[in-house]
Amino acid sequence: MPNVQDDVWITGIGLVSSLAEGAAAHWNRLSNGPQRPVIDPQRFAPYTVHPLVDIDFSKQIPKTSDQKQMERWQRIGVYAAGLALADANLSKDPALLDRTDLCIAAGNGERDLALDSRILAAIGSTGESGAYLNQELATGLRPTLYLGQLSNLLAGNISIIHKATGSSRTFKGEEMAGVSAVEDAVSRIQSGQGELFLVGGALNAERDDALLGCEVAGSLYQGPYRSVWQRREQGGGLVPGSVGAFLVLEASNHARRRGALPYARIANVVSDSTRRRAGDAAAAGARLFGRLGITPATGVLGVLSGASGVELPTSEELLFLAGLERRGFTPLIRAWGSVLGHTLEAHFVVGLALAAMAVSHDTFYPPFETSEVEHASDMRPDRILVTAFGHWRGEGLALVQSAW
Amino acid sequence: MASRTLDHKGRPVVVVTGLGLVTSLGVGAETCWSRLVAGHSGIKPIRRFSTQGLKTTIAGTVDDLDVAPYSAFDLSTAMAESAAEEAISQAKIGRTASFPGPLIVATPPSEFEWPHLREIYDAHPNNALTGYKRLLANARRERFGGLARHVRFSAIADHLKQRFGTEGAPLSVCTACASGATTIQLGLEAIRRGATDAALCIGTDATVHPEGLIRFSLLSALSTANSEPTKASKPFSRTRDGFVMAEGAGALVLESYDAAKARGAKILGVVRGCGEKADEFHRTRSKPDGAAMIGAIRKTLADAGVEPHEIDYINAHGTSTPENDKMETLSLRAVLGDHLLRTPISSNKSMVGHTLIAAGSVEAVFSILTLERGVLPPTLNYDPDPDLPLDVVPEQSRQARVRTVLSNSFGFGGQNVCVVFSGEPA
Repeated sequence: MPNVQDDVWITGIGLVSSLAEGAAAHWNRLSNGPQRPVIDPQRFAPYTVHPLVDIDFSKQIPKTSDQKQMERWQRIGVYAAGLALADANLSKDPALLDRTDLCIAAGNGERDLALDSRILAAIGSTGESGAYLNQELATGLRPTLYLGQLSNLLAGNISIIHKATGSSRTFKGEEMAGVSAVEDAVSRIQSGQGELFLVGGALNAERDDALLGCEVAGSLYQGPYRSVWQRREQGGGLVPGSVGAFLVLEASNHARRRGALPYARIANVVSDSTRRRAGDAAAAGARLFGRLGITPATGVLGVLSGASGVELPTSEELLFLAGLERRGFTPLIRAWGSVLGHTLEAHFVVGLALAAMAVSHDTFYPPFETSEVEHASDMRPDRILVTAFGHWRGEGLALVQSAW
Repeated sequence: MASRTLDHKGRPVVVVTGLGLVTSLGVGAETCWSRLVAGHSGIKPIRRFSTQGLKTTIAGTVDDLDVAPYSAFDLSTAMAESAAEEAISQAKIGRTASFPGPLIVATPPSEFEWPHLREIYDAHPNNALTGYKRLLANARRERFGGLARHVRFSAIADHLKQRFGTEGAPLSVCTACASGATTIQLGLEAIRRGATDAALCIGTDATVHPEGLIRFSLLSALSTANSEPTKASKPFSRTRDGFVMAEGAGALVLESYDAAKARGAKILGVVRGCGEKADEFHRTRSKPDGAAMIGAIRKTLADAGVEPHEIDYINAHGTSTPENDKMETLSLRAVLGDHLLRTPISSNKSMVGHTLIAAGSVEAVFSILTLERGVLPPTLNYDPDPDLPLDVVPEQSRQARVRTVLSNSFGFGGQNVCVVFSGEPA
């Protein structure tokens, strides 16, 4: 067996969201409470979304022709990926980019809503629809639209725009896509199967077609904005947020050789997927927590929670976290979904990015909301638990620690 | 040191102990194989939906599984289940519904199809709203929970995990038309690093529906040779004019050699190595010098510890598009040199069509069977292209003892993944 034991360092962060652009700007906004989430309650009413800040995409995607070949989720992702590569000092190093491995978490891209709407209206009145549908799709669909929809074309565009081309893997499965992408990179670094990874995902939350998918699954929150811990009385649900989140993960020895400094290290990532009968998710959390091997096994523990606000997993996550107290930990909980929205495939990566920044600043975030779940504290976080309880499936945990 | 147990880099040797297959040629690896080597084609006119007005009206649909009404989710899931059940049963691994390793599955896009959108849209016909406002309003009034599986990217993996009792969180992957090969690569890596002794690797794709067909047609990727469906897929031929969409699923049980031997399993083949390289040239085309494809093949041979001259058969990606077949030939030539001229090559897609997400899995199963049976499947409809000097196995299968097979998978988005398989270690 190869046994090259390398630490997994986070050496670059790229983040764009409803709050800000760039890691430093996020840190400034989130470390200075109280939080005021940026929301848009009107555009998609009765749903609230966290809309992306204004971005000049041409700063990372200079060619208009490239921008036109992408749908918005891809532009957001390619932009954030560029920020992460620049942050890790890789952007101008073709030799390193040529062996940067991509682990991307992705869903699908946007449909042509106007065309869909036109066809649906017409089909309703024509009855027999086959020939009509064929004609409308064959003449109405933009020929390259499919390339804006394919899951792996976020990765493809990152390769084209940023020249990161070591290898390219796209993972799917909502929140677990992010966990899978991170876990793949971390496992490969820890076992000597890779040294340098760009890991991340993106969500364009401002899309009727994506909202429809969530609504059909019964996962969307309706009503005036509330934090993820305060939606229970309204039946729970997620409030989507637009985000692009990327990390450069690097073998510590590789980073040392090129003089790259870490924000933090990912000590461990663990995951499972339960059937979600009552108690399943909480029990999985407890089981996975044991596998993280946190030492010392008592004391204050910063928790960045990826809770979605969807009732079952959110309440079970709280059960799991409450159980940590019985194991001798004092969890100090912050759910970033309350300020950035729920970001599905990208969500876990956002949490890791926030954890890495807190560890590197040796300062934890003030509460992200005002319920009794999140308490103020001046703890100095040398270790942070990041959670991912998928809104439908999947449980994942990561431990982020100081690199030193 | 290489041995039966450890490979040339001291890593655990990874073997294949179970195979499962569903293609347009039929259900089951044996059925598909016997029809493949007999030169049968699964390409036929599409009957599933009206093709009126479409440029392409043929495909390699899978019609032998009882899935009605059709949806990409339901047929993809049924095919994956069928293939996985066959592979697990052949491997005789684990207890019932308790596979001792992770599930890694390549799945097609998760999306509503037109009948689903229409069902939601028409649920409340008096609704004065239109478009997505109406879809959303109707979805709020009434639960369409039964449709959620179509848009959940984790749903196929979740279903298979429940069915076969695989361990941990399943992986759902997409590297476009290289996805099936990626599942094998992920399984190989997991076993090599000691994370598991076994992995269930599946690729499945059943997306022959109107929009699925039209969007490839709009990218000018599909053959329009509708008049003689079985002649439409003609990889490496002078007259090739695009690929033929097809459906299928392939499943492989991978195990460490030690674990397989310890439980007395029959070893069907060895996964010698995998390699991948991303292309940054274009969303649907390879860099003209073939750098990324060449890189993927070279990385694969290096990972496998195999010299170019040791490759004695190539299971080509061979889509039958002008672009792929040209670039694949150029890249093989760059790595194998003149040895390529003496290396038989065939494309299973000439008979089963292009199974897209599943292609790497389907062709991995055929590659293992090629090793095991000593028969090289033919490439139908071969009309040599003078620009592509290759030893294509034409029309009829060829008896040949094969020790080492290179299987190529290339996809949109600059995806290039190759795998080398060989027979049981001596």
